[in-house]
Amino acid sequence: MEAYLTRYFSEKKMADAWVLIQEDFVSATLSTLYITLMSTLFAILIGLPLGIILVTGDAKGIRPLPRWLMSFLNWMINLLRSAPFIILIVLLMPFTRMMLGSAVGDGGVIVPLVIAAFPFVARLVEGSLRELNPNIIEMAQSSGANTLQTVIHVMLPESVPSLITSFTTAITTILGYTAMSGAVGGGGLGNLAIAQGQQRSNHAVLLAALVILVLLVQILQTFGTWLARKCDKRLKNQ
Amino acid sequence: MIEICNLSKSFVTAGGTVDALRNVNLTIRDGDIYGIIGMSGAGKSTLVRCINMLERPTEGTVKLDGVDLGMLNKHRMQEMRHHVTMIFQSFNLLMQRNCLQNIMLPLKLIHMPREQAEKRAGELLKTVGMEDKAQAFPAQLSGGQQQRIAIARALATDPKVLLCDEATSALDPKTTHDILSLIQEINQKMRITVIVITHQMSVVQEICNRVAILENGSVVEEGEVSEVFSNPRARATKRLVYPDMSAGIENLGAPHHQMIRLVFQGAEAATRPLLASMAMECRIPANILSATTRTLDGKVYGTMLINIPGGPDELARAVQYLSETPDLRIQVESEYANTEGVNADAERQEGGEH
Repeated sequence: MEAYLTRYFSEKKMADAWVLIQEDFVSATLSTLYITLMSTLFAILIGLPLGIILVTGDAKGIRPLPRWLMSFLNWMINLLRSAPFIILIVLLMPFTRMMLGSAVGDGGVIVPLVIAAFPFVARLVEGSLRELNPNIIEMAQSSGANTLQTVIHVMLPESVPSLITSFTTAITTILGYTAMSGAVGGGGLGNLAIAQGQQRSNHAVLLAALVILVLLVQILQTFGTWLARKCDKRLKNQ
Repeated sequence: MIEICNLSKSFVTAGGTVDALRNVNLTIRDGDIYGIIGMSGAGKSTLVRCINMLERPTEGTVKLDGVDLGMLNKHRMQEMRHHVTMIFQSFNLLMQRNCLQNIMLPLKLIHMPREQAEKRAGELLKTVGMEDKAQAFPAQLSGGQQQRIAIARALATDPKVLLCDEATSALDPKTTHDILSLIQEINQKMRITVIVITHQMSVVQEICNRVAILENGSVVEEGEVSEVFSNPRARATKRLVYPDMSAGIENLGAPHHQMIRLVFQGAEAATRPLLASMAMECRIPANILSATTRTLDGKVYGTMLINIPGGPDELARAVQYLSETPDLRIQVESEYANTEGVNADAERQEGGEH
């Protein structure tokens, strides 16, 4: 125990850690938030329509799509979701370079993050939309709504609270993934924790980064839960 | 006019093919309030969904004003559904939208400009007596209020036909009565044809002019409500008309075959003890064989089966006496009923309702 403390928490290391916290933590936190928000945004832009298609294109959906197409989409989503993120980063490097001209830095991590997260978001959206009361969909159909109108005027507005909850799950998961951005030279708290904390054996930095990440997750989750509740008009007396 | 010709619908399930509808033929005239009644599983919901093509018939046609609805393309089908609208047992309002927005939904679908749609929705709120609830959300409303909003929504696109799928089955008797009155008012004022799907005979009795009885996917009886009620022929109809008619009463011997069925449709209960005063004024001591009545706000709803001692003379006097009571329908259940008794009875009913 004492060996552990002297090795990782010596006076010198504590002093180093304090300097790092003062100098780098603000920018690292901002960097983490930037990567997280951008990745979530793009993951939703791709995942939301895909999730809608998974529900409406189902054999029992309001606009069934060819079976092979649905099988392909499901297969592709499962495949992407089963690949470990760190492997995805490496595998996607040529693709990232093609898109951004470079495969490193913050952008270098956003591209693989989006690729890893959009299938996850699609599944979350699928779950949210499947929770909808089927009678409401029937009502839309009986009112003469076409597929797009049913989605825009009925399915999405009715699932708003559930979608907000899903997106909160997505953003907190993505925040966790940003820790791996260090692997491609991206910034952020995860990178700082690995580079300083692990590689230079300064666990005070590691713990400080961890505390901030935990706080961020707590804040995002609390905000998401609050927003979902606030938006839900099914709750009386608000 | 809606013409349903040789309509059949079967579903393929894991357990084999299920015939939900078998060779249904019905004609619903403009302005009718047409009841389609049957026990659960009789195929009522499938039938109503075939009328607006939510379910595609396996065989047969549904024609609206001569147009075969099965032949419409997707776009025309959606257009047709703005003219044949629907209300549901579970109301099916958008829970995340307020009342005004709910009523505006069908107007959004036909791309009506926002201001115009808001104005129209406001008028409809007034029509259904909910003008003070424009900004309220469905979760804040009672079942009856929610159904009113659903009715306003169904009326938004000025439909020709309103389909009511068990629209009052989730409501208490008093609210049911209010909603049925609203539907009747809409039918009369806006000249909208109404098709009412229900398992409750009282609903048909209260507002329908014609009725079809559905059993195992087939229409077993069809006709004017007063006719079907006073002289039910099919076994399924008898079961629906006389739910209280246990086998014991049905098979009663000679002394009991002079029976009168009283159908209370909101008669004042408190003001007159009906049977007691008949006993005193006409000297006919009626015997209650069965009664399923409920009193709401001092008004009686339900049916009562009474036995009249004596001969046809006493029966005629009892009918005469009882028919003076407002909101009470009288049906003679004796062997005399098949002769002139029914006709006289039917006329009295019609006279009493207006």
